[in-house]
Amino acid sequence: MIAWMNWTPTVAIFFAVIAGILAVMTVYEIVSPCTERKGFLPIATTRGDRLFIGLLSAAYIHLAFLAVSDITLWVALAASVVWLLVLLRWG
Amino acid sequence: MQKVQNNKAWWLVLPVFLLVAFSALIPLMTVVNYSVQDIFGPGQAFYVGTEWFKEVLSNERLQDSLIRQFIFSGAVLLIQIPLGIGVALMMPKSGIKGSLCLILLAIPLLIPWNVVGTIWQIFARGDIGLFGWGINQLGIDYNYTGDTLDAWLTVLLMDVWHWTPLVALLCYSGLRAIPEAFYQAAEIDRASKWAVFRYIQLPRLKSVLIIAVLLRFMDSFMIYIEPFVLTGGGPGSSTTFLSQTLTTMAIGQFDLGRAAAFSLIYFLIVLLISWLFFTAITHADKEK
Repeated sequence: MIAWMNWTPTVAIFFAVIAGILAVMTVYEIVSPCTERKGFLPIATTRGDRLFIGLLSAAYIHLAFLAVSDITLWVALAASVVWLLVLLRWG
Repeated sequence: MQKVQNNKAWWLVLPVFLLVAFSALIPLMTVVNYSVQDIFGPGQAFYVGTEWFKEVLSNERLQDSLIRQFIFSGAVLLIQIPLGIGVALMMPKSGIKGSLCLILLAIPLLIPWNVVGTIWQIFARGDIGLFGWGINQLGIDYNYTGDTLDAWLTVLLMDVWHWTPLVALLCYSGLRAIPEAFYQAAEIDRASKWAVFRYIQLPRLKSVLIIAVLLRFMDSFMIYIEPFVLTGGGPGSSTTFLSQTLTTMAIGQFDLGRAAAFSLIYFLIVLLISWLFFTAITHADKEK
């Protein structure tokens, strides 16, 4: 039934990780609801906002690495993870 | 007093969630799958990693149509938003004249895209079209099928004709929602017309303008049928916008992997710009 979706392991892992992050963040939100605050970003954000910004900029970090260099994307991934954590903590 | 919490109503969201999953999430996941594979047919797919992305990012044809797309969407916003506000300000506040204006304004919005394209395709022709013939009679050499600038102006004019009414109608409804007391207070202060516009009408229009800017940006960024019918993307590829390039790639050349990679980049651009617009405007509102 889902043969037409042409699943590959890489993409499956990708979506599983995204779903996992969303699930964890939902549980975290229920356990300790967050309030909007102002970090180093120019706008006041909630935890969800920062996650969204982090994920979106991660996509752009990967594209930028692809566009301008031949370095392996694991570097881009590492940079994205670090950036996401920094954003969630201090953003 | 203990407030009773009943969250059962959340289950009512489930049908919508399933619908969105079916219509948006699953297709999106499929696109992501396709973007990392080279697909020749059912059961004949080869994993290629990020090769398509790399190629799409350095493809000049795509870069050119992306730049054209940004110029087009920028021009659309720069013309249609001020023009729409202006039209809304000049419309009669009520009565039969007001209704008449509303109906006249709504007519372009009711016409299907391909018909709009056809209308302008004929209207702007130099031999049988009233507009094209008229311009030529004024002594101006105008030919939208041969001249890049003319083609651009015609596509822009068509879009302005088709969609400015939407901005005007949104602004009109926003203006009608301003209580009369605001204007009375302004009159007591002997505020000029400009001051009334700048400090009463414009701030009060903000929420409808957010919607207008977002809708017009998204629509113009995805424009396909109208220029396709009007100019076919020409002359050359001067009015070939993003979605047309994408469609040629996906359906014309059946290049599914490359088209999928490109769709994802397209999607990310739309997502980023829409989010920027939305955040900029809502946060500017909050800080006041």
